[in-house]
Amino acid sequence: MVEANLSAKTSAKTDDLSPTRDSDHPRDSLVAQFGADRPLKLDAGIALSPFQIAYKTYGQLNATKSNAVLVCHALTGDQHVASVHPVTKKNGWWETLIGSGRPIDTERYFVICANVVGGCMGSSGPSSTNTQTGKPWGLEFPVITIRDMVRAQAMLLDHLGIDQLFAVVGGSMGGMQVLEWAASYPQRVFSVLPIACSTRHSAQNIAFHEVGRQAVMADPEWRGGRYLIEGANPRRGLAVARMGAHITYLSDAALHRKFGRKFQDRTNPTFSFDADFEVESYLRHQGSSFVERFDANSYLYLTRAMDYFDIAADHDDVLANAFKNSPVRFCVISFTSDWLFPTADSRAIVHALNAAGARVSFAEIKTDKGHDAFLLDEPELFAIVRGFLDAAAKAHGLTNGAGH
Amino acid sequence: MSNAARGHGNTRVDHLVVAGMVTPGAKVLDVGSGDGELLRILAETRNVDGRGIEISREGVNECVAKGLAVIQGDADTDLADYPDDAFDYVILSQTLQATWQPRHVMEHMLRIAPRAIVSFPNFGHWKIRLKLLFGGRMPQTDNLPGTWYDTPNIHFCTVKDFRELCDVVGAEMEKAVALKGSGKPLRIAAPWWFWNLFGEQAVFLLKRRS
Repeated sequence: MVEANLSAKTSAKTDDLSPTRDSDHPRDSLVAQFGADRPLKLDAGIALSPFQIAYKTYGQLNATKSNAVLVCHALTGDQHVASVHPVTKKNGWWETLIGSGRPIDTERYFVICANVVGGCMGSSGPSSTNTQTGKPWGLEFPVITIRDMVRAQAMLLDHLGIDQLFAVVGGSMGGMQVLEWAASYPQRVFSVLPIACSTRHSAQNIAFHEVGRQAVMADPEWRGGRYLIEGANPRRGLAVARMGAHITYLSDAALHRKFGRKFQDRTNPTFSFDADFEVESYLRHQGSSFVERFDANSYLYLTRAMDYFDIAADHDDVLANAFKNSPVRFCVISFTSDWLFPTADSRAIVHALNAAGARVSFAEIKTDKGHDAFLLDEPELFAIVRGFLDAAAKAHGLTNGAGH
Repeated sequence: MSNAARGHGNTRVDHLVVAGMVTPGAKVLDVGSGDGELLRILAETRNVDGRGIEISREGVNECVAKGLAVIQGDADTDLADYPDDAFDYVILSQTLQATWQPRHVMEHMLRIAPRAIVSFPNFGHWKIRLKLLFGGRMPQTDNLPGTWYDTPNIHFCTVKDFRELCDVVGAEMEKAVALKGSGKPLRIAAPWWFWNLFGEQAVFLLKRRS
């Protein structure tokens, strides 16, 4: 193990940076600090230390600490899962699923959601301040993996004194973390819900990510990753990356239903490269609003973490070995129109779990909303999550209203 | 799995017969779970660790929402994923006639578990024989209401046929029950030809021949 900090240069002034940046001092969040005695051992062979995890909790942990549910966020999500986001002022990204009386009922469960390591909402990442230099890490931040994110979450649980989670839930990159939890810590999770995800990132998805990263890095404002130090911001590049990625989260049918070939604020084409079409205007908005809340380097790191994800590779290329005799209860969910993580990916998980003798439920939900369906109002998703968790709670000895 | 299996409406007496053949606390795979009713009965009355495969998305989602460990899958193709002796029983309730390769399915069942329970509609029942003999058309009954061109049931067999298949796949019959149209068991010990004529449905408990 090499201390990541050793590679950093000697301290420098931080005057040019706001001392209250969300990446170091997240608003409306709890922060767990891990000092030199508790380094995060990364897959890259580096020990990250010190580091911090920003997180939110909802509901009450019961006396036996048996009702904790960890929610893992997706690529551009964060810990603000069920409450108003401090930057965008929008509702929590999974408020349809999590809250009082919702399928993940905060009257019953103690919900924890942490910003992933490498993120930009308060957990250590490339935009955090490197304590050795006093400057943002930038590209000197070590490359992290999904397993590193999960290791950090396990350390957060130790910090909270929780031995076993009742459930781990997440979609997309969050689903990857869920699967990694089941593979790495089968004794620490009772049930898991990996949604719209895969045990390995496909070549097509790596390709999409590479286009996004190249867009960021092609922006001169990226400054070789040193934009925070040099007072720049690669807005254009990150916005283009987001626009491209956003298309992959939808579907042909959803885009057609929403926009068709409709013009934006005009009846005829302008014969120019203005945003004539509604869909263009929509994508431009998605790109420009994204850069207000997300760090470009974090985008590079997190997409890379997803690219490297391949559970089977860590288990002699046999996926079933990752879950051999797993005591964990699985509920795998996919969506018919998701072409980023198609149902075939979920089916591969289910086949491996069957071969491993694990207890698995698997449902495919019919929708034309694409990959993003997991974040949207899908009553069938809610019914399945609620039913699965109710049965698991019964098996786990959690009674109704076990919040106290 | 088959619509015929779920089309009765009233309580499935054959489910109770099937449940009665399962040792309490056993690990069971139900192939063709439908709406999950049999798995629910098995969990409630026999305390089994139950899993299921169901082909229809609606059926699966209903089962999962009920908290049952059911996956979307096809008996013809997906049984191959399960390791040998993964379960104590594999149940095929009113589904055999809807599979493409009944023999293949039966062989996998007896590989996955030492015991299999199979229930199916008996095409040798006298009413069906009469319908075919005098009507000259593919029979439709209360239990098998579909027309020949609009039914998931593609491999009908009689009790006699099924016994032959058991021989072919190396299955030993431990128990057999013939059911009347009402679903109640025929309460008499009768020779096979009698059951083949008067049983509307049959339930077999099979054991892998060692």
